[in-house]
Amino acid sequence: MSRGDALYHPNRRLRRSLGPFFGAACFLATLTGVVVLAVFLASIFFAALGGTVHPVWDSLGQAIRDFLTLMSRLITNRQSSNPAIAGFRVGLVGTLWLLGLVAVIGIPIGIGAGVFLEEYAPSGRLKRIIQTNISNLAGVPSIVYGILGLALFVRAFGAKGLALGPSLLAGAFTLGLLILPTIVITTQEALRAVPSSLRQAALALGATRWQVVSGHVLPAALPGIMTGAILGLSRVIGETAPLLMVGAAGSILRLPKGVLDRYTALPVEIYNYAKEPDRQFQMITAGGILILMLLLLTMNAAAIVIRNKFRRGR
Amino acid sequence: MIQDSSEGDRSASPPTVRSWRGPSPFAGLVEVLMAGLLGICGAITVLTTVGILVVLVVQSYEFFHLAKIGVGDFLFGLELKPEASPPKFGVLPLIWGTFVVAVGSSFVALPIGLMSAIYLSEYAPRRVRGVLKPTLELLAGVPSIVYGYFALLLVTPALKAALEPLGFHVEQFNALSACIVVGIMIVPLVSSLSEDVLSAVPQGLREAAYGLGATKFEVSTRVVLPAGLSGVFASFILAISRAVGETMAVVLAAGMLPQISINPLSSIETMTTYIIQVIGGEASYGTPKYLSLFAVGLTLFGITLALNILSNLVLKRYREVYQ
Repeated sequence: MSRGDALYHPNRRLRRSLGPFFGAACFLATLTGVVVLAVFLASIFFAALGGTVHPVWDSLGQAIRDFLTLMSRLITNRQSSNPAIAGFRVGLVGTLWLLGLVAVIGIPIGIGAGVFLEEYAPSGRLKRIIQTNISNLAGVPSIVYGILGLALFVRAFGAKGLALGPSLLAGAFTLGLLILPTIVITTQEALRAVPSSLRQAALALGATRWQVVSGHVLPAALPGIMTGAILGLSRVIGETAPLLMVGAAGSILRLPKGVLDRYTALPVEIYNYAKEPDRQFQMITAGGILILMLLLLTMNAAAIVIRNKFRRGR
Repeated sequence: MIQDSSEGDRSASPPTVRSWRGPSPFAGLVEVLMAGLLGICGAITVLTTVGILVVLVVQSYEFFHLAKIGVGDFLFGLELKPEASPPKFGVLPLIWGTFVVAVGSSFVALPIGLMSAIYLSEYAPRRVRGVLKPTLELLAGVPSIVYGYFALLLVTPALKAALEPLGFHVEQFNALSACIVVGIMIVPLVSSLSEDVLSAVPQGLREAAYGLGATKFEVSTRVVLPAGLSGVFASFILAISRAVGETMAVVLAAGMLPQISINPLSSIETMTTYIIQVIGGEASYGTPKYLSLFAVGLTLFGITLALNILSNLVLKRYREVYQ
C-alpha cells in the first residue's frame, strides 16, 4: 500500500491544463481546410482582378464592376491565345452537355444498381461480391476510369464501327462509370433508411415487388437519392484527368452540335490556361476557377440542404 | 402465423366503391422486366471492374510484347526515356515520385485530419459540429484542379519567398508544394472517416474513464482513440491511396521530370502525371510510348487496389467489438 502511495502522483494541474490546449489545437486543425480555402478564394478574387486594385476598400465599387465585367466576358467569349479576349464559353457548354448526359445515362444506372442490391438481390455470396466490388470501385483513381474510357469507348479496342472517338458521348460514358459507385452507395444508404414496415405493409396488401419499390420505397428514399445524384453530378463538373484521357481537347473553338461531336470542358480549359507561363493568363485561370467553384458550391449546398431538410422531417 | 386468427374477419368487410378487377395483365411482365433491368444495372458495376482489368492487362501485355521489355526491367528500371532510341521504360522514378507525394502529403494530412476528427467527435459542441461537418463535406468536393492552381498561385510562391532567402533553390514545379496541397486535399477524407469511427465508440467507455477521474484529454487520447484505432488506420490507408491516385493537383504542382531525388524542392513526376503527359503529347496510337501508359496505369491500379483492400482488412481484422 505504501509503495502505491509513493507512486501516486495525480499531477492534477498539469493534466487539467493540457486539455484546453489540445482542444484548441484540434479545433484549429479542423479549421485548416476552411481557412486555406478562404485564403485561396480571396487570392483568386485578387488574381481575377489582375492584382491592380491595391486598396480594395477604397475602390470597392470599381472592383466589383471590374469583376462582373471579367466574369461576363469569360462566360461569353471563346478560348483564345490572346488573354484580352479569352473566355470559357465552349468549355462551359461542354460541361453542361456532360452534366445532362450523365444525368440521363449514368444516374439511372447507379440508382438501378442500388435498388437491385437493396431490394432484389438475395443476400448471399453474389451480393457480397457485388458489394465488395463497388466499395473497391469507389477507391479507383479517376485517371484509371479515363484509361478505361480511352480504350473502351474512344477506341473500342480498335474496332472502327464501335469507336465513339473523342466525342461527348464517350466522355459522358466515362464520367457515368466514374460516379457509379457514389450513386450506388448513397442510393443504398437512402433505401436502408426506409423502414421495412413500409415494405411489409405494401406486400401484405398484395403489391408486387416492383409496385412496392416504385410506389412506396423509392418515393420515401427520394431525398437521399437526390442528394447522392447531386453529389455525383458535382464531381462531373470538376473531374479533369479522365476527360483529358478521353480526348476533351482544350483547343476546340466550336460549340458541340450533337452527342457525337467533339467537345471540351470547363476544367480542361482551366488546365490549359493554368499551364500558360504568361502571367496575363492568371486572370483568366482565376476567373475560370471561380466559375467552377460557384457551380460546385451551389450544387453541394443544394445537396446538403435537401438532406438536412429530410433529416429534420423524420 | 398470427394473421391466421383474423381470417374470418375478411369476409365481413364490405367491398369498396369500385370492385377490384384482378391484377393487371401486364403486372407480371412489368415485374420480370424491371427485375431484369435492375439486374443489368447491378451487372454493369461488376462489368466496370472487369472492363478496367481487361483493358489494363490486355494493353499492358501488348506494351511488354512490343517494347520487348521484362516486367522486372519495367518496374525497377532507373531510366524513363520513351523518346530515346532505343527507348527506356524504367518506371522506378515514377514510383519514387508517387511515393514522395504519398508520404509527404501524409505528413500534412494525417495529424491534421486525426486532430480534427478528435475535435469533432469529442470536443465540438453539437451546434458547432452541425456547421463544421457539412463544411468539411463541401471541402471534400473541391476538385483537384482547383488545388493544383492553388499550388501554382500561392504555395509555390510562398515557398520561394520563405526558402530562397535562406539559400535554397526552389524550382517552379517542386515536390514539396505538391505534398502540401495534396495533404490539404485529403484532410477531409481522413477527418470524416476517422470521426465516424470515433463517434461510434460506445459512450460507456468514456463514462467509465471519467468515473475513474480521467480528464477530457486523457479520455480522448487514451480511451477513445485506442478503441477506434483500427478505423483510424483504415482511414489513413484510404487517404494514402487517394494521394497515390491524385492527378491534376500533382500535374500542376510537381512538374514532369522523372528523377529519383531526395530534394523536395526539385521537380518529380508521378505515375498519374506520366499518363497525362503521354496522352497530351504527340505519341500516336499503338506505339510503345502510347501503350506504356496502360502499363503504368496497371501499376497504379494495382497499388491503389492493394491499399484499399489493406484498409478493409485492417478495419475488419483489428476492430474492437463492443456490445
